Amino acid sequence: MHPAAEIVIAIALVISGVFGFVGSYGLIKLKDTVQRLHAPTKATTLGVGGVLIASMVYFVADTEQISIHELLITLFLFLTAPITANFIAKTYMARNLEDDELPRSVGKFGWSVYDAPPDGGMER
Amino acid sequence: MIEYALIFCALCYGAALLLDLWRIAAGPDAADRILALDTMVINVIALLVLYGIWRGTAVYFEAAMLIAMVGFVSTVAYCRYQLRGDIIE
Repeated sequence: MHPAAEIVIAIALVISGVFGFVGSYGLIKLKDTVQRLHAPTKATTLGVGGVLIASMVYFVADTEQISIHELLITLFLFLTAPITANFIAKTYMARNLEDDELPRSVGKFGWSVYDAPPDGGMER
Repeated sequence: MIEYALIFCALCYGAALLLDLWRIAAGPDAADRILALDTMVINVIALLVLYGIWRGTAVYFEAAMLIAMVGFVSTVAYCRYQLRGDIIE
């Protein structure tokens, strides 16, 4: 294998390992649940991203064929990370915050975490 | 050189998995536990891709892809259960 490819792979792997560890260390270190929501995003983006870049470079340098399916994993993780964070924040709100601690919603009805869906509110 | 980087990276993710396990055991709220489980899934995806580089095969991408999908679905299912008391209404 070409030495430059080895250097690139090693750097990507080390960066990814450090960020993966930092993500979980923040999960321990930060004080509040909503603060803790911030830390594992590092592991999602730079951690898994670094490993997948290293894997792509490795297989291109090893077999001289471009491999694409690493990008599928990255795309899927980037698509699902906001949905997951939104659901976890809603779970925290439903269990720990009261309705009147929040600012009022702009629309006709209250926040969907607390209010039942209005009658006929879902137009089909 | 790649071997040392692989060993370092796998050690980092192993320690990260232990810290996640600590948060699952200690976490005061259900949201903490869901978050720690989601982080565990992401770390396991990274470890699987690392193992694929270590063995030099591309077989483990499909496993990593499947774990990414199932992990997302399980996180959303757990959150739905906590929010509504039911998964599919």
